[in-house]
Amino acid sequence: MIPGSFAYHRPNSVQEAVGLLAQFGDEARALAGGHSLIPMMKLRLAKPGHLVDLGGVSALKGIRADGGDIVIGATTTQHELIGSDLLSAKLPILRETALLIADPQVRYLGTLGGNVANGDPGNDMPAVMLCLNASYHVAGKTGERRIAARAFYQGAYFTALEPGEIVTAVRIPVPPAGHGSAYEKLKRKIGDYATAAAAVVLTMSGGKVASCSIGLTNVAETPLWAEEAGKILTGSSLDAATVKKAVAAAEAITSPATDGRGPARYRTKMAGVMLARALARAKARAGA
Amino acid sequence: MAKSQVTMTVNGKPVEALVEPRTLLIHFLREQLNLTGPHIGCDTSHCGACTVDFNGMSVKTCTMFAVQANGSDIRTIEGMANADGTMHALQEGFREMHGLQCGFCTPGMILRAYRLLQENPSPTEEEIRFGISGNLCRCTGYQNIIKAIQYAAAKLRGVPLQEAAE
Repeated sequence: MIPGSFAYHRPNSVQEAVGLLAQFGDEARALAGGHSLIPMMKLRLAKPGHLVDLGGVSALKGIRADGGDIVIGATTTQHELIGSDLLSAKLPILRETALLIADPQVRYLGTLGGNVANGDPGNDMPAVMLCLNASYHVAGKTGERRIAARAFYQGAYFTALEPGEIVTAVRIPVPPAGHGSAYEKLKRKIGDYATAAAAVVLTMSGGKVASCSIGLTNVAETPLWAEEAGKILTGSSLDAATVKKAVAAAEAITSPATDGRGPARYRTKMAGVMLARALARAKARAGA
Repeated sequence: MAKSQVTMTVNGKPVEALVEPRTLLIHFLREQLNLTGPHIGCDTSHCGACTVDFNGMSVKTCTMFAVQANGSDIRTIEGMANADGTMHALQEGFREMHGLQCGFCTPGMILRAYRLLQENPSPTEEEIRFGISGNLCRCTGYQNIIKAIQYAAAKLRGVPLQEAAE
């Protein structure tokens, strides 16, 4: 499969990149790791006349602490997330999730920015970002802004990005020390998207849940933040009855497609199973 | 569309060429450089037959443009043998342990295993299985591929091979 013809641009700065995207408008696409866009181009489902390769923009790379936040450049790869000591210490859910994305080769090139910005409901990081209440730094011709992850996803492949804008970094408030987290993903095989997956970040205090945030992957047109389920669990000891109520609340907001991964009802139930497992693991990892 | 000039190092040798921007790296390697070791299997970044070593990473060259490889350092199966012409420990391992049958996946397997052992010189069986999870083999059932990589890991570390359990 051979993509359509395009002109290739390799800017060195964000300003230059957004300038090119503005100049060529609808004709242009930004290229990061390429593992979503290039397959689409090979199928000719995407036929950009201009490709703006962000690989030369060094400002888009890297992981740093900024006050109580961790800021991750958009073209930081999944492989780099996995290898980061800072993330392993402060945000272990990112490493755990990245290890469940695709396969080793894809993780060397696939980027966090591409994963969160593409709007593909099958991508894993968006639900984790909803769970963590992350925000995205966005740059366009008219300047920079920040968009909360929880306000970013509007539909399958539809996001709050305006034409010509790119995500430049992901900002994540670091959960308190002693928090517990887990990402549970059901998939048919390595490299598959989730049949259903759940992200949990919680804190415990005196045997009770002090805070709990939940994200769900690939069980709706967008990633889901299961706010109600988190509220139900807060204050509980994660006893079976309360977990059951929370699982039901999470299942209630799903609307998965029936596809090769199973019928919609099955996928909804699997979202509940993943949530229950993620809750148990997050609790086991949390400090009292 | 105007062609772009690319320069890169492939198997230790400098390469300079003109490529159409849409040329995939796998097509560039196979058709312009005549390096037909990297194979086109699925052409959809699943099977790993097109895997090469690229700037210290294993990548699937069916899902990268040759222009993106400008300035890069690439190694393919053609560059795996030792300088004296003897086989690399991985090649030897695949022969000794019957790590291939039809051989189609082998160049990708060996290049992936090469990077895996660079990053983790003594992987467990589970780490090997996870490490080559982006490479499909339709013949062997993987068992002998695991043994081949264990053989190479032991040889490269200069320790006796611990036979893998059947």
